[in-house]
Amino acid sequence: MTRLEMDLLDLLKEDCRLPLEKLAVMTGASLEEVASVIQGLEERRVILRYAPMINWDLTDRERVEAMIEVRVTPQRDMGFDAIARRIYCFDEVKSVFLMSGSYDLLVLVEARTLKELAAFVSGKLSPLEAVTGTATSFVLKRYKEEGVIFDDEKTDRRLVISP
Amino acid sequence: MNYDKYLNPRIVAVPPSGIRRFFDLAAAMKDTISLGVGEPDFRTPYHIRNAAINSLVDGETQYTANRGLLELRREISLYLSGRYNVSYDPETQILVTIGASEAIDLALRALCSPGDEVLVPEPSYVSYSPGVVFAGGTPVGVETLEKDEFRLTPEKLEAAITPRTRALILPYPNNPTGGVMTRKDLEAIAPIIRRHDLLVISDEIYSELIYGDHTHTAFAAVEGMYERTLTINGFSKAFAMTGWRVGYACGPAEIISVMNKIHQYAIMCAPRQGQVAAAAALKTGRENGYEDVLRMRDSYDRRRRLMVDAFRSMGLHCFEPRGAFYVFPSIRKTGMTSEEFCAGLLKSKNVAAVPGTAFGPGGEGNIRCCYATALDKLNTALDRIAEFVSENS
Repeated sequence: MTRLEMDLLDLLKEDCRLPLEKLAVMTGASLEEVASVIQGLEERRVILRYAPMINWDLTDRERVEAMIEVRVTPQRDMGFDAIARRIYCFDEVKSVFLMSGSYDLLVLVEARTLKELAAFVSGKLSPLEAVTGTATSFVLKRYKEEGVIFDDEKTDRRLVISP
Repeated sequence: MNYDKYLNPRIVAVPPSGIRRFFDLAAAMKDTISLGVGEPDFRTPYHIRNAAINSLVDGETQYTANRGLLELRREISLYLSGRYNVSYDPETQILVTIGASEAIDLALRALCSPGDEVLVPEPSYVSYSPGVVFAGGTPVGVETLEKDEFRLTPEKLEAAITPRTRALILPYPNNPTGGVMTRKDLEAIAPIIRRHDLLVISDEIYSELIYGDHTHTAFAAVEGMYERTLTINGFSKAFAMTGWRVGYACGPAEIISVMNKIHQYAIMCAPRQGQVAAAAALKTGRENGYEDVLRMRDSYDRRRRLMVDAFRSMGLHCFEPRGAFYVFPSIRKTGMTSEEFCAGLLKSKNVAAVPGTAFGPGGEGNIRCCYATALDKLNTALDRIAEFVSENS
């Protein structure tokens, strides 16, 4: 990765709506250079998408989230990646991680209701042949995600004018 | 009761800071976007805050040595030798103070006798000249010009020296101009300082915030200047630790000892938790290559470019700052004075900036805008300034 690529990723991670002109000014690169570097990052799938971070708790949308620790038995011709794929293809699954430690996969699941979520675990996840056990924990509150503190006060505590 | 006969006329005669008037004006407004701040928009990195929390939990609530915690003085010594190649003995040559401000005040009080002149390059930080007066000396402004990139030139320095000149305050990287002095620039003034037997109070509080190909040279690292220099620095700007109030002075043991005499009678010691946090900041920095400092500096640098570009797009002449976190654009083309411009901008666009005149008469025609402000606010402020400029050109 070049310095420019890292600079652009830093800036876009903070605010992906920054116009190319501003990105160019801030990195000291030309407009064309910035455009082509970003295109390159997209093509190489370093940048996957440009999405806002939403605090759903402040919306009317009903949702339940759970972290599910999943233990699996890798089978012949079917390593962890293949089992993970069987799991992450479900729409309810938001994130899947392969973990070290006492379980194998950490699955973040979202559903509208508790009932829906229970149905997913008992009806879709647990019956998978490779899955040998699950432990479901519900998310009660989100404090911080991707470096963003959810109820961080935005007020500037600095003096308005100081020398 | 009339208190005039009680108050010290020398102190009373010093005008209040030009910043004060704007502070009152701006404080009366709501939802102002302020580019008038003089401190980082980052919070102190958490691991540094945590060191102070742990110290409180451990019951470390006592005075420290007058000169500061030895552990901190050792870290300061390692920092200055590792980073700027100047070496100070933690036992005798380093004094921890309540911010760099106290260090400057102590230096002036230790050095000035009535009638002594102290040279103050201008525009510069608002406290130097009043500090000289409070110490009983006479401040003498030395003009620095944009055509010289706001550096102190040998010619201007030489011209300001009289038989009564005792010391020079060297404020680089400079607040408010963003000017820096390279090693070559410093070497050019060194012979004059030696010839006239001056001392130098080198305020290097912005030493870490320097951009582009420049690197900071400590004045004490210039050949022959070590014995003539008090190096002043602190944690406020580089480590985003303004409210902690921790700074330091380093220099010849004889001078530090006299400064410590004032410090021990007047202050006793800098607050302990601030010192603990400062020691943690330097120790971690030494171990991880000053990761926090560099991260913040990179962020300022991007916003610096944005700001310079925006002012130039407005048709305003804007010197490219190479240090600190301010831009100092010229607003002359609007025909307004700095004060008029800032008052108008505040009133009609709710954006606060500081008139250049707050930093000395040489600041007329310029305004100081701080880019240590969140990017979205900075962009909004710049849009509003552009409107204001186009409405008033």
